[in-house]
Amino acid sequence: MSAPNASTGNTERTAVADTAQNGATRVAGMGSGRYIGKRAPRKEDPRLLTGRGQFVDDISLPGMLHVAFTRSPIARGAILSVNTEVARDVTGVHAIYTQQDLAVFNADMISFYLVSPDIKTTPLADGRVAYVGEPVALVIADNRHIAEDAASLVEVEYAEEDPVVTIGDARSGPTVHPGRDDNISVQMGEEELDEELADKLDSAPHLVTQKVVHQRISQSPMETRGVVATREGAQELTLYITCQSPHLVARWVSLALGVPQTAIRVIAKDVGGGFGLKNHPWKEETAVILATMLFDRPLKWIEDRYENLTASCQAREQEMVLQVAFDNDGKLLASHGDYSVNNGAFPQLSECNIAVHMFVWAAYKMPAYGFLTRGWYTNTPGYAAYRGPWGMESLIRETALDVAARRIGIDPIEIRRRNLVTLREQPAESVMGIPLEDVTPAECLEKLLEKFDVGQFRAEQASLRKEKRYLGLGIATYIEPTGAAGAITTMTGELAQVRIEPTGKVTATMSTHSQGHGTATTMAQIFADRLGVPYEDVSVFEGDSSRGGFSPGAAGSRQGVIAGGAAIMAADLLVSKVKTLAAHVLEADPGTVTIEDAMVRIEGSPEKSRSLAEIANIAYGEPDRLPAGFESGLEAQYRYQPPPMTFSSAANACVVEVDVDTGFVTILRWISSEDCGTAINPAVVEGQISGGLAQAIGMVLMEEVGFDARGNPVAATYKDYHLPAISDVPDFEFVHASTPSQSVGGMRGVGEGGAIIGVPTLVNAIADALSPFGEVPVELPLTPTRLLSVIEGRDLGAKAGSETTAVMASQPGAAPVDATPETPVAPPQATAEDATEAVRIDGDWNMALATPMGAQEMTGHFETSGETLSGYLASAEGQMDFTGTVAGNKLQFDLKVVKPMKITLKYNLEVNGDKISGKCKMGIMGSVKVTGQRAT
Amino acid sequence: MSTHTVTMTINGRRHTGTVEARVSLADFLRDQAGYTGVHLGCEHGVCGACTVLVEGNAVRSCLMLAVQADGAGVTTVEGLAAADGTLHRVQEALMNEHGLQCGFCTPGIVMTMAALSGEGKKATETELLDALSGHLCRCTGYQGIRRAAQQLAKPEAMDTANGEQS
Ligand code: FES
Ligand code: FES
Repeated sequence: MSAPNASTGNTERTAVADTAQNGATRVAGMGSGRYIGKRAPRKEDPRLLTGRGQFVDDISLPGMLHVAFTRSPIARGAILSVNTEVARDVTGVHAIYTQQDLAVFNADMISFYLVSPDIKTTPLADGRVAYVGEPVALVIADNRHIAEDAASLVEVEYAEEDPVVTIGDARSGPTVHPGRDDNISVQMGEEELDEELADKLDSAPHLVTQKVVHQRISQSPMETRGVVATREGAQELTLYITCQSPHLVARWVSLALGVPQTAIRVIAKDVGGGFGLKNHPWKEETAVILATMLFDRPLKWIEDRYENLTASCQAREQEMVLQVAFDNDGKLLASHGDYSVNNGAFPQLSECNIAVHMFVWAAYKMPAYGFLTRGWYTNTPGYAAYRGPWGMESLIRETALDVAARRIGIDPIEIRRRNLVTLREQPAESVMGIPLEDVTPAECLEKLLEKFDVGQFRAEQASLRKEKRYLGLGIATYIEPTGAAGAITTMTGELAQVRIEPTGKVTATMSTHSQGHGTATTMAQIFADRLGVPYEDVSVFEGDSSRGGFSPGAAGSRQGVIAGGAAIMAADLLVSKVKTLAAHVLEADPGTVTIEDAMVRIEGSPEKSRSLAEIANIAYGEPDRLPAGFESGLEAQYRYQPPPMTFSSAANACVVEVDVDTGFVTILRWISSEDCGTAINPAVVEGQISGGLAQAIGMVLMEEVGFDARGNPVAATYKDYHLPAISDVPDFEFVHASTPSQSVGGMRGVGEGGAIIGVPTLVNAIADALSPFGEVPVELPLTPTRLLSVIEGRDLGAKAGSETTAVMASQPGAAPVDATPETPVAPPQATAEDATEAVRIDGDWNMALATPMGAQEMTGHFETSGETLSGYLASAEGQMDFTGTVAGNKLQFDLKVVKPMKITLKYNLEVNGDKISGKCKMGIMGSVKVTGQRAT
Repeated sequence: MSTHTVTMTINGRRHTGTVEARVSLADFLRDQAGYTGVHLGCEHGVCGACTVLVEGNAVRSCLMLAVQADGAGVTTVEGLAAADGTLHRVQEALMNEHGLQCGFCTPGIVMTMAALSGEGKKATETELLDALSGHLCRCTGYQGIRRAAQQLAKPEAMDTANGEQS
């Protein structure tokens, strides 16, 4: 660096040192400088409390026009004609686009896993509509009012067909997507119950068959979806979009549009909640982005609440039957789960929720488990994630345990004590092969019981029952995989970039993103703590894809765990830089350098103390004073790759009173005892749990996206879709167990837990309160009407989908009968032998494996010699050779893989002409479909 | 569509604009006057995010037309803190009690509480909670919001309120 610059540096240094001193005086009262674990006030709050947040609708660009959509009024049918003439004539309308116009971009509507969808998914309806509210035309106008006026004037003629609305409809109805064999979007597990497992279930002293019907939920962030898109010439695209990670949106848009050469910048400074809905753009956002590129003017679309409740992706509609066998002591013997989830027409991912089965018994000593799991297409809005998407596992298990406890005649706490894996019993492995090293649900439960006197409650409950007052206690325990990284493309590590500015202040850019998570606060606490600077001196920036690096943001309770680790690692790198430099400049041993309150001190030499700003000024501006080989400046970055999974554990208790005259539930008390390891900021941790618990209360008592038989949404406003209000949510009491995790910093995720564990806790409390009247069917929401039917002993009638139970009950674990005709299977022997000569197996085949993460394409090469089969399967990941057997048109071979887990893949295929089909059994994960055709 | 000229005093400043009759007060405040702290969560009167003060009363600005507020004094969340940046005590209570997460519902909650608990007014905890039951927050589970209401209803808070008055 040249001399003039160095002298400027000197002048600045003096000024900055003064500021730093003032700063030090100001913060002196703040205490020790340990910020991790403190209830620090949030950095985000002053902005948000004074109306200075920047949400997407707050963005206005010069020349910006507004978008509204013409949406389908029917759930299923063909589009016969679209007439935009009248709408186009409205003053202030600039353009009206249909899918024909947008088709030029050939957008690939990839999933969260960045895989192409199994079914053709387009931004606007393409010839057919598949749900009420599906966008058909996009109107661009001067303002929102005019755009909406014109959208209602677009004339669309439909040939309406009978819709497939429920999971029950999907099993027996016509196919939602033309050209598919059935409405199963994805399936895993075994259709036939394993004989050994069936024996265990049949011969058990107690067999509980628990059924749960979970309603459809609207994620309902208070800020609806929205996007402002602007193209700056052919090479740049800027998006302001409400999302859960600007980096993921940038990556998604780049891949979906196939425009890697375009600089895509995504900005989302403030986001009004996401909860899974805003992982990545979907139909409307994509349509607006494409329309921006076509029309070349900045466009804004802000979803209104009506659209959000009726046409956005939704979540949770699912049914499950869980059979659980117990011995006479209430110990678990075996279990089987049959799960179905409504994927809607165009899901953000084809979901069969394999995680439900992975985690249903993860924390319990369960010897044997089998399952069948399926996703179903219907004529309803598509599936998207919602906080704790696999939460059914806790709901069905914890309610089944209470049913079992009542039936066997043991205490619900005791049945958990007898079956939970305790800390002492670890390391252990779950029935699905999940390694457990430090889960603590049993310990959380004991801690909880220190705070809640069950004996006293039972006495009170008994005496009040005499007065015809019905109180109930619900207890539930669970574990949750958090901070996952490495198994899914988009679930990566997190990046922290931090610098001590020449002013001595600290700025950091993070890959994190807050939709209320307060990551600018918690990360600042970590930096302040580790760097030895006042919390007030730290600013954290996020929410812009041009800053920081890739991460999926808020997804899977991960940011505190992984980004926390990244922040610690980056801060530590920076500390060692400061120490090296200070030791050199002050002629001391690096081991004697400490940083506290933004002052750099040398042990035993108080006269050598310097402000951090002074050291920083040297680092940036006086290269001559740096040690040899020292990189100038004070900057560091670290991308932290955590252990593949970090578990959180919890036990919750709640007490309710059910008014048996009205069926209304009052929550009297709620205690959450959770183990989230190191709590960076307990107020933020409790905030995350409380928000989740409130959502759980909503799921149990009031929220429901409903449809009529024609697929019309019946909850179109917040008058029909009931979100919990302050009067519905009690004060939550917290007990924190803090077992540090093996992740750097010891954090465990807390983002989703409340929404998972709260549901069974409350259901169990209600069931306990009403136990004198019989079992409460778990059909959510438990409205007063439903509860009165239990109290008054009325049957409200079987709901759609109940055929599962019928089949399951009479024939444990058997597959529900599909009305869709089965593909004729070649009868045994004769035909197979006849076929031998005709069958052509040798050669190359294009095949696809229908995994829950999307279709996995591969090429198969087969060579036969007598009954011996050899060949290889090749995919982008590489090629694997195998040998196996041939019998007629049937092929059998095994492949051993080690990634993502050690597993033997057993292929059973059948060749029919130029088609190949069959199954691949993936160990405990069950079977998935294989399809393909001869390569030409 | 008929257009009208409206004049309001917003956060102490006069603002004149021309609006179609159908434009809501919320849209006028956001789009024309630039007070984007007025948030729209439902546009049908349930969530409360759009609450502002019109002549000192808490009003859902999505349910009021701009023309109806012609000549009125309006306060939005941008107008509550003191000129030197000192937060209004409602804002401070919410900050201290971690009463917000994403902050989208917050402006409305602040304004409802300020209508009952600002400028020497003193609401009881029940009055505050009753009023807050007309607000939806999807993030917080209302824990910090309730604690803030309790803080504001405490006798000491009354003294501060009076103190601020004098
Ligand atoms: S936006 Fe006005 S009440 Fe919801
Ligand atoms: S803080 Fe997000 S809606 Fe209330």
